[in-house]
Amino acid sequence: MEAVFAITLGIMAASGVYLLLRARIFPVVMGLTLLSYAVNLFIFAMGRLGTGVPAVIGKSTEYGDPLPQALVLTAIVIGFAMTAFVLVLALRGLGELRTDHVDGQERRK
Amino acid sequence: MKHALILPILLPLFTGGLLLVLHQLSLTVKRAISMLACWALLPIAIWLVLLAGDGELRTYALGGWQAPFGIVLVLDRLAALMLLVNAFLAAFALLYACRGDDEQGPNFHTLFQFQLLGINGAFLTGDLFNLFVFFEILLIASYALLLHGNSARQVSAGMHYVVLNLLGSSFFLIGISMLYGLTGTLNMADLAVRVGNADAGRAPLIAAAGFLLLVVFGLKAAMVPLHLWLPKAYATAPASVAALFAIMTKVGIYAILRVFTLIFGSTAGAVANLLDGWLWPLALVTLAIGILGVLAARELRQMLAQLVIVSVGTLLAGIALGSVQGLSAALYYLIHSTMVAGGLFLLADLIVRQRGNEGGRLVLAAALRQPLLLGSLFFFGAISVIGLPPFSGFLGKLMLLRAVEPGYSALALWSIVLIGGLGMVVAMSRAGSLLFWRAAYDPKDESIHAPKSDGLRLLACIALLSCSLLLVILAKPLQTYIQATAAQLLDLAPYRQIVGGGNA
Repeated sequence: MEAVFAITLGIMAASGVYLLLRARIFPVVMGLTLLSYAVNLFIFAMGRLGTGVPAVIGKSTEYGDPLPQALVLTAIVIGFAMTAFVLVLALRGLGELRTDHVDGQERRK
Repeated sequence: MKHALILPILLPLFTGGLLLVLHQLSLTVKRAISMLACWALLPIAIWLVLLAGDGELRTYALGGWQAPFGIVLVLDRLAALMLLVNAFLAAFALLYACRGDDEQGPNFHTLFQFQLLGINGAFLTGDLFNLFVFFEILLIASYALLLHGNSARQVSAGMHYVVLNLLGSSFFLIGISMLYGLTGTLNMADLAVRVGNADAGRAPLIAAAGFLLLVVFGLKAAMVPLHLWLPKAYATAPASVAALFAIMTKVGIYAILRVFTLIFGSTAGAVANLLDGWLWPLALVTLAIGILGVLAARELRQMLAQLVIVSVGTLLAGIALGSVQGLSAALYYLIHSTMVAGGLFLLADLIVRQRGNEGGRLVLAAALRQPLLLGSLFFFGAISVIGLPPFSGFLGKLMLLRAVEPGYSALALWSIVLIGGLGMVVAMSRAGSLLFWRAAYDPKDESIHAPKSDGLRLLACIALLSCSLLLVILAKPLQTYIQATAAQLLDLAPYRQIVGGGNA
């Protein structure tokens, strides 16, 4: 399971970085989103992977680490707010600058 | 009083919330509330500095949950000092903003208070994840403040700033969660203990997490090569916001100082003194690139932004030395550069307001309305920021140059700082003579009829600039406090006792 998990994270992070480097607003936002998904899963994995382990102490002999789950929740909320902000900013940029390049102007040919 | 520690966080939080709820009130009332809360931070910060002055570490366990299970706030001399610097800068930045900057968009004062909340929280927290949360609070407030005023230039500069910082947040989370996965804790003091006790096999991974954190804090601090977002962002922000941003890079510096002296400091076992050999060249390159930027700048505020990068390089050099002398030089320079940079950004706005269409561009323009007043202020600020006697910049640089031990590192630092000083003299005098002397006096010209500088705006600007003089007059007691701060930072035993009851 660890290998599959790691490869998935790797692919997501790599796609995120690739999209970020496209330097167009929409791919950049998608890239940031993918990257934050990868990061959230990574935080989750740092509490050790396991199946059938409840996050509550006393229900079974083994229990999952609840702290990373709390961290992931916080990270998701913050990431969500930030993505919303970038999207609004991107729309403003598109309206005011008439281009979707992140530099605010098309690259000179 | 044991709840004093949380006041610098609660006060802006509640004020910000209140202003948000009461957003339909008139601007005058909102200004009054905001100013009152902001100026109240000053006596609180002074009180905390006096509290921390006895050298004891004070902790505040949020919700009564003791470390390492709950989040703690930690007050040491460094945190108290940073709170005071922030309160002082914010008080005058807000005073300046109340004369017009806050009219350009809705909810300026709410955002300003949340910005203070994030900055104060970042200085006080003793928990790594909590540091991330406060970073995000100050960042999202800074995004909105940066875009305050809504011009197209701001949107394009803001885009870089926002996207880069979002990427930085991802890196921060990866670094934090790696450390958690390896050590099982997020409390900084506990991390220091556990990283020190970790077995050597895990050292490379811990080091990787440490360097990820360096990238994040370096991005906030505008350390080369992560500085490219800064000039454009600072040059387009409203003046009062740019002045407040003078402390934003210092938040990054503070985080570097905190994390890499405590967690990756002298007691970190296999990863002890992680930054040795890394931070020094980065600091020198930052200094050099900053100075080249100052020389190349063609706009007044761009030039000031490059001066911020120079100050970051100087600060990092002091931190890289790692000795008590080096750290205290860096801390002295930190206070100086924050105040003077803030004052200069305000002054630049006053100058730009009298230059008509040319704005801040360094080209020939009509004469200013008040060349003598603004010119002398510029002269004063320039001498201070370059580091010529008799002002605080000179003292800070002198302390730094004396802190470095003779050898190749001294050769490198002395030559870069001194030649760089010359470069800054050239750039500043070129800008100053262009702004104040080479302008043609033409009575028919409309900029002669530009309004005089507003009295309160001038007051805010002069107050921040005159800190430079104050820092020289108070150099002796300040030096004592700062050296005690540096010594406290390097003596890790009391920090490690925070965990497990300590003196909570």
